[in-house]
Amino acid sequence: MNRRLGSLFLATGLVFLLAGVFFGVLGGLLYLFPQELRDLLPFTKLRPLHVSSVVFWILFAAIGGLYFYTSGSSKTIRSYTLGHLHYLLLFTAAITIMGCYVAGIFGGREYWEYPPVLAIPIAISFVLLGVHFYRHIKKTKGPWPIYRWMWLSGIVFFILSFTESYLWVLPYFGDHLVRDMAVQWKSYGSLVGSWNMLINGGAFYVMTRLSGDDSLARKPLTFAFFFLGLFNLMFNWGHHIYALPVSSTIRYTAYIVSMTELLILGRIIWTWRSSLSEARKNAALLPYRFLIVADGWIFLNLFMAILMSVPAINLYTHGTHITVAHTMGATIGINTMLLLASATYACIRFYGRFSTAAQKSIMRGLYLSNGSLVVFWVALIGAGLGKAVLEVQSPEMPHAQIMQALQPWFVAFAVSGTGIAVGVALMAVPILRTLLANQKAIPESETLKSKELQHI
Amino acid sequence: MLHRIFGSPHAQAGIYASLFIAFLLFTGFVYVADVPAVPLDGKQDLAIQGKGLWQQHNCSSCHQLYGLGGYLGPDLTNVISEKGAPYAKAIMQGGTGTMPNFKLSETELTALVAFLEHADQTGKASRQHFRIDGFGQIHLKTTNHE
Repeated sequence: MNRRLGSLFLATGLVFLLAGVFFGVLGGLLYLFPQELRDLLPFTKLRPLHVSSVVFWILFAAIGGLYFYTSGSSKTIRSYTLGHLHYLLLFTAAITIMGCYVAGIFGGREYWEYPPVLAIPIAISFVLLGVHFYRHIKKTKGPWPIYRWMWLSGIVFFILSFTESYLWVLPYFGDHLVRDMAVQWKSYGSLVGSWNMLINGGAFYVMTRLSGDDSLARKPLTFAFFFLGLFNLMFNWGHHIYALPVSSTIRYTAYIVSMTELLILGRIIWTWRSSLSEARKNAALLPYRFLIVADGWIFLNLFMAILMSVPAINLYTHGTHITVAHTMGATIGINTMLLLASATYACIRFYGRFSTAAQKSIMRGLYLSNGSLVVFWVALIGAGLGKAVLEVQSPEMPHAQIMQALQPWFVAFAVSGTGIAVGVALMAVPILRTLLANQKAIPESETLKSKELQHI
Repeated sequence: MLHRIFGSPHAQAGIYASLFIAFLLFTGFVYVADVPAVPLDGKQDLAIQGKGLWQQHNCSSCHQLYGLGGYLGPDLTNVISEKGAPYAKAIMQGGTGTMPNFKLSETELTALVAFLEHADQTGKASRQHFRIDGFGQIHLKTTNHE
């Protein structure tokens, strides 16, 4: 039953992913023709439609993975109702939110622009996910593998941070801009960290199953890096607000904590050779290919994040498209690739192998989306650097003139953005078809085991 | 050593609990930490109303405050002190080549200007107002907000 729920969440997530890249392409067009499309495609509607679609892709797909991998733990009627209620709440909220954006009904803030009342069903849906997870862990014995800690952290910190992001409705927070923005970005930092935990939990589960070595998820070093990630989720959000006149303790804490990510970067470099040979060994596995690609993006984005967390550098990158490059690299290169690794793994394991045509389409999509993402990423960095240079050299230059000077970069990101969208569609559609065509999951006894997966 | 610290389930739970307590304490600190006092000469209510309008029209999809928001339009943190309230009001009233005319009423325009005045008085956002210390941290050149 949880597999059906997993499938439902994942399929919904994939539809949101397709919607997200579609709105992204329209957004790119608006950057090229801002005057011509000003009234036809208002950016006030387009941006939240794009961002929220992608956020819902992440949430639905990550939750789908959790339902898939905790399957068999709660097959009671009550749990069936709970899981479906969970889906219904989140889905209804998501659709209503998209409707509000199309109709131009706002009232929230950046990233959660919908009227605040719609946050209630989202929060309740995560409490229900927490109940499902609690029921699952109640039935398990022995020390927890790392992915279970990650799922727990994802659920707990999502509920806490999401609630915190609505403290602005209280006058003490909302009536003072600086306190409001500080708390807003504190909550957003942890919120992103929380869904990263949900995604990483699923990815770690897949890695463990693919390798057939459960000890991977129980090594002390793995736990050391998990706690380092958790530490950063809790305390490194302040690099978003270095310019905001908040307490120095907040700004120095963010700076120092962000620098601990150097340990993660060092580890990636240190284990590069062994990761590479491992990748060659498992290259035939479809989910593993997504994991390899995500690894590359983790390296690039982490390197960038560390640089951007140095206030002296942040002073120049902040408020430019370099921030967007970082977000896109993380959302498409890391999150989406990890979620697609989990999605392909779940499809193969629970619904059988992909057809040759579907596999070909997914591989083409993987190459196209990642090749385009490299161009997209570089174009955004170029636009960001260009803006920073122009603002330093000519502080009085009007914004419109700066935007005009950056036009070649915008052309590059609009074209490569279309490449990403086509690539994503080539990957998402066959997975979606597999999920929709297999209404009935194959029994547990017949699902593909790790060794069989090796031959896919 | 690593095994002793991170290897046992009890140690893992202990580290998790310690981090969580530290997180709660830091959260409390962020909530009560001092923020700059802004004299608004009786315009507080109007500024709050303006903030609501800023959200209702989703201004942050294109504009930034302290560099946070969309990048299609300019940062508006200090638009009042740099360009003046009449300039800001005129732009909001008629729109520009890239910004639609939101058809705002006079009351709404006044409230939005009051909100931007409030934002302006909280601090400075553009880079030329900051200096970098030897540790790589940034500080306001004119007003020391530490």
